[in-house]
Amino acid sequence: MSDSISLAEICISQASKAWQDDGEILATGIGLIPRIAAGLAKLTHNPDLMMTDGETYLISEPAPMGKRDPSVDQVEGYMSYSRVFENLWGGKRHAMVTPTQIDSFGQTNISVIGNYDSPKIQLLGVRGFPGNSINHKNSIFIPNHSKKTFVDGEVDMVSGMGYKNKELSNGIFEIKRVITNLGVFDFNGKNNCMQLLSLHPNVSVDDVITNTGFEVAIQSDSITSMPSKEELVLIREVLDPQGIRNTIFGE
Amino acid sequence: MNKVLTHKDVLDHLHSNATIGIGGWGARRKPMSLVREICQSDIKDLTVVSYGGPDVGLLCAHKKVKKLIFGFVSLDVIPLEAHFRQARQNKEIEVMELDEGMLQWGLRSAAMNLPFLPTRVGFGTDVLTHNPELKFVTSPYKDKESFIAMPAIKLDVALLHVNKSDEKGNTHIIGPDPFFDDLFARAAEKTFVSSEELLSTEELGGKDGAIFNRFERSLVTGVVHSPCGAHPTSCSPSYGFDIQHLKEYSDSAKSFNDYADKYMNKSHQDYIESVGGTEVIMKIPLPQF
Repeated sequence: MSDSISLAEICISQASKAWQDDGEILATGIGLIPRIAAGLAKLTHNPDLMMTDGETYLISEPAPMGKRDPSVDQVEGYMSYSRVFENLWGGKRHAMVTPTQIDSFGQTNISVIGNYDSPKIQLLGVRGFPGNSINHKNSIFIPNHSKKTFVDGEVDMVSGMGYKNKELSNGIFEIKRVITNLGVFDFNGKNNCMQLLSLHPNVSVDDVITNTGFEVAIQSDSITSMPSKEELVLIREVLDPQGIRNTIFGE
Repeated sequence: MNKVLTHKDVLDHLHSNATIGIGGWGARRKPMSLVREICQSDIKDLTVVSYGGPDVGLLCAHKKVKKLIFGFVSLDVIPLEAHFRQARQNKEIEVMELDEGMLQWGLRSAAMNLPFLPTRVGFGTDVLTHNPELKFVTSPYKDKESFIAMPAIKLDVALLHVNKSDEKGNTHIIGPDPFFDDLFARAAEKTFVSSEELLSTEELGGKDGAIFNRFERSLVTGVVHSPCGAHPTSCSPSYGFDIQHLKEYSDSAKSFNDYADKYMNKSHQDYIESVGGTEVIMKIPLPQF
């Protein structure tokens, strides 16, 4: 393995910080980078996080990526789909997801592209996005930051609600952190606009502006801090020893 | 009491325009042998309620679906369901698209014989835009909060796949997640289960097995013995999903005839032989995430 730090590793390290101040809740990372990131959060700054084996059981240590012997998992609890809904409607969860579209209000779409009654592309359906967005904190990972993802105007089918309807969530709605291949963002700009917090190496502010379909505030154009030695060891040796993370950006 | 039926017998309880609920989740524990039986019948214009997987796709491919009530349709390992996608993009089906949690809320409401259950879920999203029939209710207590009144989703028939059953309809779901099969059973006028094993009541294991009995037998109208009946979906802990078959099925969206010639219009036994036989299926490892 090369000693140079990969973009995937930078994104994992940054994404893991989303769960930093959450305390004892269920962390759900959907997809490769979010899942490794949730595991890293648990192994570093928030050991109290609960995590599933990707199916029905809560396990004490994050499940590493790739094939493993599940009999070594220390099961500590049960999390059927029914219980997931009970948990999330109670707000004790923070998910990191990868929507197909996101707009300036923080609204997200995984349902359809194009006209709803005559979809150009049918995607998954809204899944749990309406419930997740109104009941608990969410973060976002986008591997291909572009105007196709960060759209002008509103997303084609609002699956997850956004800041413009925050009062409907009793103030709970929050996009904690957005990590992309270009940088790190949150929605704490003026009037909850998306703002740049840091740029990954070799990325310019201009890259961000030209690849985002709406206005991004530039809170900082500093370079994203690199993962610590400890984090790199955990990512490389514990959470993803087979290097599956490298497939995400073809590294 | 003997509720054992053949696959074909179940069709006598179904009719065109019926509302059917299908248990399982995505590519997990779907009553696929019963679904194939419907595909091979002249029943049509169904309203289908499902945490959708290849059950929904196969019914779409056979033009059996008038309306789909759903939160997602996915094959898990293959995220997007090609047949459902095609039906939707060709405007062949009506949809009521709901949050996954709203869907179980609607089933739960029907299960508890209530007209609706309140929820915040859906507010601020286009679920409301595209389902104008959803109405609202205000809390009568001092909070006076407004909610979506998720209507009961009543089913004419529920189709479920279970690990074990006796002939009275005492069923066991051994896989760790029963999903929402219990709610489907309670929301339905009649429930039919296909079962991996058909056993005597004694063989169900008494007290030790009873925890796996997720709903009571009075909800079960008929039991069909269907070894490997969930194929190509998984049936934990016995077998995982057949990824190779799911790929072939998914690729068949462009021209379904080849797939249909190979796998459809067969008895369940012949279907299982066509995909390698029970011994091969039982060796498919459970998926790992």
